[in-house]
Amino acid sequence: MEKKNGKRKIYMVIMRGLMGILFIMSYVLVKGIPNITWDLLSTTPSYIDGSIGILPDILNTIYIIIAALAIVIPLGAGAAVYLTEYAGNKKIVSVIEYAAETLSGIPSIIYGLVGMLFFCQFLNMQTSLLAGALTLVIMNLPTVMRTTQESLKTVPQSYREGAFGLGAGKWRMIRTVVLPGCIDGIITGCILSVGRILGESAALLFTAGVAHALNGFFEGLNSSGATLTVALYFYAKERGEFGVAFAIAAILMVLTLLVNLLAMLVGESFKRRRNT
Amino acid sequence: MKNKKQVFETVIHGIFLILGLITVGSVLLITVYLIISGIPAIREIGLVHFLFGKTWASTAATPSFGILPFILTSVYGTAGAILLGVPIGFLTAVYLAKLAPPKMKKIVSAAVSLLAGIPSVVYGLVGMLVLIPGIRALFHIPDGASLLAAIIVLAIMILPSIINVSITALEAVPKEYEDASLALGATPIETYFRVSVPAAKSGIAAAVVLGVGRAIGEAMAVMMVAGNASNMPSLFQSVRFLTTAVASEMSYSSGLQQQALFSIALVLFLFIMLINAILNFFLKRSKEE
Amino acid sequence: MITVKDLCLWYGNTQALHHINMDIPEKAITALIGPSGCGKSTFLKTLNRMNDLIPGIRITGEVCYNEKNIFSPDVDVNMLRKEIGMVFQKPNPFPMSIYDNIAYGPRTHGITSRVKLDDIVERSLRDAAIWDEVKDRLRKNALGLSGGQQQRLCIARALAVSPDVLLMDEPTSALDPISTSKIEELAISLKEKYTIIIVTHNMQQAVRISDKVAFFLLGEMIEYNDAETIFSMPSDKRTEDYITGRFG
Repeated sequence: MEKKNGKRKIYMVIMRGLMGILFIMSYVLVKGIPNITWDLLSTTPSYIDGSIGILPDILNTIYIIIAALAIVIPLGAGAAVYLTEYAGNKKIVSVIEYAAETLSGIPSIIYGLVGMLFFCQFLNMQTSLLAGALTLVIMNLPTVMRTTQESLKTVPQSYREGAFGLGAGKWRMIRTVVLPGCIDGIITGCILSVGRILGESAALLFTAGVAHALNGFFEGLNSSGATLTVALYFYAKERGEFGVAFAIAAILMVLTLLVNLLAMLVGESFKRRRNT
Repeated sequence: MKNKKQVFETVIHGIFLILGLITVGSVLLITVYLIISGIPAIREIGLVHFLFGKTWASTAATPSFGILPFILTSVYGTAGAILLGVPIGFLTAVYLAKLAPPKMKKIVSAAVSLLAGIPSVVYGLVGMLVLIPGIRALFHIPDGASLLAAIIVLAIMILPSIINVSITALEAVPKEYEDASLALGATPIETYFRVSVPAAKSGIAAAVVLGVGRAIGEAMAVMMVAGNASNMPSLFQSVRFLTTAVASEMSYSSGLQQQALFSIALVLFLFIMLINAILNFFLKRSKEE
Repeated sequence: MITVKDLCLWYGNTQALHHINMDIPEKAITALIGPSGCGKSTFLKTLNRMNDLIPGIRITGEVCYNEKNIFSPDVDVNMLRKEIGMVFQKPNPFPMSIYDNIAYGPRTHGITSRVKLDDIVERSLRDAAIWDEVKDRLRKNALGLSGGQQQRLCIARALAVSPDVLLMDEPTSALDPISTSKIEELAISLKEKYTIIIVTHNMQQAVRISDKVAFFLLGEMIEYNDAETIFSMPSDKRTEDYITGRFG
């Protein structure tokens, strides 16, 4: 009897937790979706008209994701290839892996601070999307590295032997046999990074800045700009524009949901493909 | 012919080595920058005054830079979030790893990873509009932006980390242990709590430490709900964490004030490094088990 | 053609091969037999330096191929492996099309002409007696073939770089009897053009296809002679015990 209660108690806790998540989600969506208008999505903010538009923030978010991924993929995948294919020395491997673990434990506010000191000031990039993207690159490096490493481990050793047995050099072996096998991991890493970049704010506040100007891609990289998340913070905390803030929050929630869904689908299809 | 090929392979090897070392370089870069920029203010203010001074008045006529309120707030806030979040996270993990039917497990796991993906500013926003008025009304205080609000938000935010790491640890418990207990006539619930959980204790400890790291490092959500006054911590008062101390003044600071903010970041970084070391200790032990 | 002189090999501190000496004849099949763990596979992989990939390995002695020691520092390992091809225990086609699998080797060694590649692919597949089975699906993924077909594809892939020597490491151990006999026929027909060294667990297989046989035990080469001699009147007691099935 008492044991049955134990199970029920746990069940209740879980249920309450689920309800909590459901509450946060629906609260944000209910308060946010009515505020999403075409005007909001397609204009820039104007103090003269007293209107707010988030088009620049949407574009900035896209720019920063593109720039960060373009840099982090070769770096992260390259590091993973080094660890699984080249590193003969166990010590180097453990140092690199320890460094990656350390990186993933550092809070984003510290990334923001060091990004500001190093990229904006020392490398003289000023407050710009590029500086923000580079800060995000360091943050997401461990993620891409880990997912690529996982998928490299699934490339059968016999493929490598086969290539060497035909007289292929190491680089040719890696390019033709190993790299095609780790596409899975790179894609997974990309999806996870996109999710993380979408949600990031503290690291971007002082590196990418808070401007809302409409820019093209390259122009945008060189100028300050707020992403959606930073804009949300700005509108809620500094301007008290909760309608806009909730609209952005709803957009971010939907995007987060999509990213999660994508990650799950991709993960499952990769698993299935590997098993056949 | 052969030499050319060899040189080529060596160059490629070198390129990959450099890519591999970028993570190490980044860690060094962060550490060196924080130390270099964090030391001057501490030297000027004095380590004891800085760490144990009770007042922070960075823009006053005679400024005072004591960060004890921030340190204590971060410690109390994290402890509170752990006290609230760990039991819920732990029970959820036991349920998901051992009890849940597969379909339920899938749904709850998806919900947990969604929870992990929600941007921290969204938590902050909901906190601002739901928690703060709620706390104000419930406890009849003038402003609901308080340590309590921060604790609740943090507790929710650390749940996914705690749940995921605990699940991994619980699922790694050999089934033979559980079978042995079940064969002795123990019920499944007794088995899971008396056999599986103790067997996974290092992994669960790692989950808690990871939660501590996440809580102590969170800035934006806390900034939106904690009020940001540099009071000594008290549950119903507006408070400032180490992270929010850096974030709230950085944009307009200069001179010694800015340097002092870097020093705060250094203190935060040292906390995080300590937590990482503890985390690694538990993770290693959990792997050995 | 291949002369092995006083070859020793260590994995870390354990010695896996002890002072091996043998002359391997051209255009014939030499079989390496012996119980598992006797060092025959290790020996085979030494001949094209595939063992280089294993960390902590140490080799002394010489293997002379065309009168040149393959361990001398000026030998290009990749060229050596082009000339001494290898077929592995488990079929290991790459996850690419059949065509790309065969063309992998020639492309590696710098052949890019479409016409030449087409020609090499067809010739190699014909030589490996699999052309008729796959000629209509050269663009399909090689992993869709049956195990036996995959192994013949791997043989064709090895032939595509026009080697002189073919090393086969228990090539039929993962295959059914019909595929096995196809591979055996193939090996016999290939010996007109290639020198073949095959590791096998299967005594009947050694009897059926080999010209020379070397018996390995605990890292030593116990006996090396014409196949007929070894199977009818072995000179060493241990060889006799092994081939009559007293241990194995």
